[in-house]
Amino acid sequence: MPTVLSIPRTLFDKIWDAHVVADGPAGYQLIYVDRILLYEGAAPSFAMLAKRGLKIRKPTHVLAVADHFAASGPLASLSSAGREAIDQLERACREHGVAYLPPDHPDQGIVHVIGPETGFTLPGTVMICGDSHTSTNGAFGCIAFGVGATEIANGLAAQCLWQSKPRVMRINLDGKSAPWVGAKDIVLEIIRRIGASGATGYAIEFAGETVRAMSMESRMTLCNMAIEAGARFGLIAPDETTFAWLRGRRFSPGPGSWRAAMSAWRTLASDVGARFDTELAISVENIVPMVSWGTSLDDVASITAGVPNAGASRTTGDAVFQRKLHYMGLAPGTRLETLPIDRVFIGSCTNSRLEDLRIAAAVLRGQRAVVPGLVVPGSQAVRRAAEAEGLHRVFIDAGLVWAQPGCSMCCALNGDAAQPGERVASTSNRNFEGRQGPGVRTYLMSPAMAAAAAVAGRITDVRKLKAR
Amino acid sequence: MDPFTRVEAVAAPMDAANIDTDQIIPIHQLRDLQRPHGDYARSLFHNHRFGPDGSEDPTFVLNLPAYRQARILVAGDNFGCGSSREMAVWALRDFGFRVLIASGFGDIFLRNCAMNGVLTVTLPAATCGALRRQLHEAPGVVVSVDLPNQTVKGPDGVLHAFEIDAFRKACLLRGMDELDLALEQAVAIVAWEADRDRVSPWVAL
Repeated sequence: MPTVLSIPRTLFDKIWDAHVVADGPAGYQLIYVDRILLYEGAAPSFAMLAKRGLKIRKPTHVLAVADHFAASGPLASLSSAGREAIDQLERACREHGVAYLPPDHPDQGIVHVIGPETGFTLPGTVMICGDSHTSTNGAFGCIAFGVGATEIANGLAAQCLWQSKPRVMRINLDGKSAPWVGAKDIVLEIIRRIGASGATGYAIEFAGETVRAMSMESRMTLCNMAIEAGARFGLIAPDETTFAWLRGRRFSPGPGSWRAAMSAWRTLASDVGARFDTELAISVENIVPMVSWGTSLDDVASITAGVPNAGASRTTGDAVFQRKLHYMGLAPGTRLETLPIDRVFIGSCTNSRLEDLRIAAAVLRGQRAVVPGLVVPGSQAVRRAAEAEGLHRVFIDAGLVWAQPGCSMCCALNGDAAQPGERVASTSNRNFEGRQGPGVRTYLMSPAMAAAAAVAGRITDVRKLKAR
Repeated sequence: MDPFTRVEAVAAPMDAANIDTDQIIPIHQLRDLQRPHGDYARSLFHNHRFGPDGSEDPTFVLNLPAYRQARILVAGDNFGCGSSREMAVWALRDFGFRVLIASGFGDIFLRNCAMNGVLTVTLPAATCGALRRQLHEAPGVVVSVDLPNQTVKGPDGVLHAFEIDAFRKACLLRGMDELDLALEQAVAIVAWEADRDRVSPWVAL
């Protein structure tokens, strides 16, 4: 029988409230951070600690990996900047007693792939990383968010951060998505509806029967892209799918505490009657493959659509729209299905897991890519699993390069950049000017769509390709 | 961190919405992780300030003579969206910016500004638009920002009130460091950890 004290709470509230160490002024609270993920970008944070003579409070709560600079080719092809950044990370981790996964370690991969893979990411915890796509980890029912170098240093030193509680938005997804339409299309459609700043100031909880039916990998794609709608946090209540994933992983609760953990994790759900600041209901049945055409996540459309005409875009004045068209080399009203591409990238923390590679392989099997491309598995573990299923042969036989795990072409930090002016069909998360290299034109899409684009040499509707 | 009270300075306009942190500091400016603080001015809006050959684009707003000493930026919606790179704030700060005014900011970017004593002021889109128009009409005019009174005075002398949460205001006014404030709670942190280790022992590794 609910009492006055048992106010229904959201999943986010429950985890947040449990992590309040102290209340501060003006609604700020000191929030405990259970997990810190690091990659090469942590160098300034280590420098800050050194400058202040501070140690890491709980080195065992930290896991580091080389991903942003990791070479997609053999180890020897590492750039000199990469060599230096990775060596620096290794030295800092050794000095501070932090577990570190170098490029050739069997558990290495993109930070937001290996957190979940190793069981480092757990339901009910608070996690930070110096990367905006930390929201990915929220798929496991935790509060996981991106911060800058200073907050990483602060989190390492104090194990807590001052934070102001965000508003919470629940997005209820119902129905079954059409064949060849997946989580990437669903989340691009969500962003199309609410806008690139539609969830600024919010945490997004993804819920509903569609989410329940999704694999952990699809859930990670949803949560990964929360930041592209402006939300630092994306989360999904854990369930049997989550528990099945977590069982037996390196940092997961061991046999002695497994039952207690599951029992606690089963309470991690939004209560019936919990109040959300905003709630949306979306039926996924009519969602079609989606593509971004411009230089912002405001610029997304269905494959059946065209480049907008001037003035159609929500937040862009005419000068901005003209600049987008000029940068992307597009004419207003051009149908998206006709746009040629020069290169394909299947990878990134958004879409590089086994499920993504299986889907891409299903499109590419027996086909040849007519453009060069890179398929970058999200981790060494994903790479091994993909090879065990022969997926790599599909990519190689299609004429694509089968790479070593890392962030690669998503942000081009390791030197994997397309040429200026090239149009890239990419499964990553950002289409900003210069993101994939100066003058590079990014079209964001799902793994199925990127694979189809590789075969067609242009943006194409994967459903039509597979219906042939 | 230096305390912040008032700034009266040249303001520069940037009209586009969704100016992301890849624009503010592109990735090729981040490869050298050893760069000292204070060195990031040359990286600010690098792909927009400089052409591929390294020469200045004379049409880019911050290259115009009137705005080269700007200390206030008036932007559009969703300024600083995208990547969490704190170097975006360092580049703005090292160039000289002390105040950023926009109708909305990326959430992670807001926190990074707070970590570096850069004041972010959110004003309605129409107000930002009107301010930017005045700046375009008379390049080099001055805007005043008063943190204690929470006002922005435009070139036309009109005062605009802004909201800011009291915690951020206090930290800026006193140059307070959030880590120091966190470390003061050492006893509470230890007590919380003891509780967590009792209730959810599997979380401690």
